[in-house]
Amino acid sequence: MALDARVSRADDAEPRAASDYFRYKVWLTWAVLLVLLGVGCHGLHLDLGYVRQKLPFLLGLRLAPDGFIQGAALTIFVTGCSMVFALMVAFVTALGRVSRNPVAFALATFYASLFRGTPLMVQVLIIYLALPQVGVVLGGLTSGLIALSLNYGAYLAETIRSGLMAVPVGQREAALALGLPRWAVAWKVIAPQALRLIIPPAGALFISMLKDSSLVSLMGLWELNFLAQSYARATYHYMEMLIAAALIYWALSIAFEIVQFRLERRFGRGVAPDRGIGGGRRRV
Amino acid sequence: MDPTTRGALVSIARLNKWYGSMRALRNVSLEVAAHERVVICGASGSGKSTLLRCINGLETHQSGRIVVDGTEVTGAAKTLERVRREVGMVFQSFNLFPHLTVLENCSLAPIWVRKLSPAAARAAAVHYLDRVHLAAHAGRYPSELSGGEQQRVAIARALCMSPKVMLFDEPTSALDPVMIKEVLDIIVELAQSGMTMICVTHEMGFARRVADRIVFMDQGEIIEEGTPAEIFENPKTERLGAFLSRILHGANAAATPASG
Repeated sequence: MALDARVSRADDAEPRAASDYFRYKVWLTWAVLLVLLGVGCHGLHLDLGYVRQKLPFLLGLRLAPDGFIQGAALTIFVTGCSMVFALMVAFVTALGRVSRNPVAFALATFYASLFRGTPLMVQVLIIYLALPQVGVVLGGLTSGLIALSLNYGAYLAETIRSGLMAVPVGQREAALALGLPRWAVAWKVIAPQALRLIIPPAGALFISMLKDSSLVSLMGLWELNFLAQSYARATYHYMEMLIAAALIYWALSIAFEIVQFRLERRFGRGVAPDRGIGGGRRRV
Repeated sequence: MDPTTRGALVSIARLNKWYGSMRALRNVSLEVAAHERVVICGASGSGKSTLLRCINGLETHQSGRIVVDGTEVTGAAKTLERVRREVGMVFQSFNLFPHLTVLENCSLAPIWVRKLSPAAARAAAVHYLDRVHLAAHAGRYPSELSGGEQQRVAIARALCMSPKVMLFDEPTSALDPVMIKEVLDIIVELAQSGMTMICVTHEMGFARRVADRIVFMDQGEIIEEGTPAEIFENPKTERLGAFLSRILHGANAAATPASG
């Protein structure tokens, strides 16, 4: 998130005023773009009263008629759970990918290839509709979580693997030479350096997952995108509902970006400033 | 300094190592006593770094025996950890941990391996950083230091484990001449304090100053060993003579007393 680009420790030498000036201009440009976007939306003559009336439902502040969460709350729930499961699956798969055990390697590569190489929607439908035919009956929510986790886990595994591979071998050797046990080599030396490289692409994946979570509506779950479309169809307020949903997705993505930025800054400690994340910092 | 040798601290016997069909080490035997300072020299690819890396198990050997402070170096993780606790190593490319401050680099292993309290580990780290004249940089990250400073931190990091022997793998090869001097000065001080050390280097002037014994390797074999005087003034083998004339009349000639 460039708009919150703070001066990292390593930038101490740079005059404070220069970086403040940079941030000020970033905020200003964002403000101008937001106003332009607002003017564009205003030109559509949206029925804001209808948006206001449906907003609590879109946000998920009210429960669905069956008593389950709906709207953005369900979207967040599905994305959050899938993120956790995808991370676990990806971590194991990445270990398999770098394993010298041929079976582990084959399992990891087969899984990653299959789930990256087939469409997410097909995976969702196969898990929900085909598994019952072989006796495995899963609820809509469970099917959705499994499909999202497995699909994104496959991508994430490659991201994790590339991060691990990018840590120079000398780091491992230096840690081993100090007599550190293997868990400490992994967690104190390799992982923090790999995470710095993993976080940006993983953040992009999770933002993408946030929007792909709308696929669970195929199994009758009333998440944000589904609700917006149903309300739109019911009263022909298409633009109102689609734009409202889009803005909610965007707000959630920005929340993700902020978390990602904080993590990047935390794991970017000690990295030379010109290779770091101090977005747009330039030496004059 | 102290020539009392209660048996060898590092004992290598008939060591052999292959990389595929390439034989990296041939029947290498070497004994290093406590407080002894051994310099290993030889051309690139002569196996000197490989030998050094076998001592703390960063490389595995196929036959022969290495015993460090009574523990035989094998492939077992626990054994290796025990050996590595007592063996400090300094690398050509420093290999400081970039995500940790200088102080954290130095206190990491004492905390997790020696089980020192963080406060005690930090105090020890400051002590050794002071010894390499870098205590003022304790809060910095490695990327903020020069190459020479990074290598001095790497030396302090190894010393924080209070090793019984220090291995130096071409510690100055990645540095420019000014930084070479500041790093070598530290290693000389360390040598004078009685630290046992095995050092792979191309710095012949330094070798002459600190070494009790110089070992010359070529094609994975120890060809000749002896005191600096024996090695520099009276090389017995043609290979050592050729190596010395190459290295002493090369770029290092001006800085090397042996050439003058």
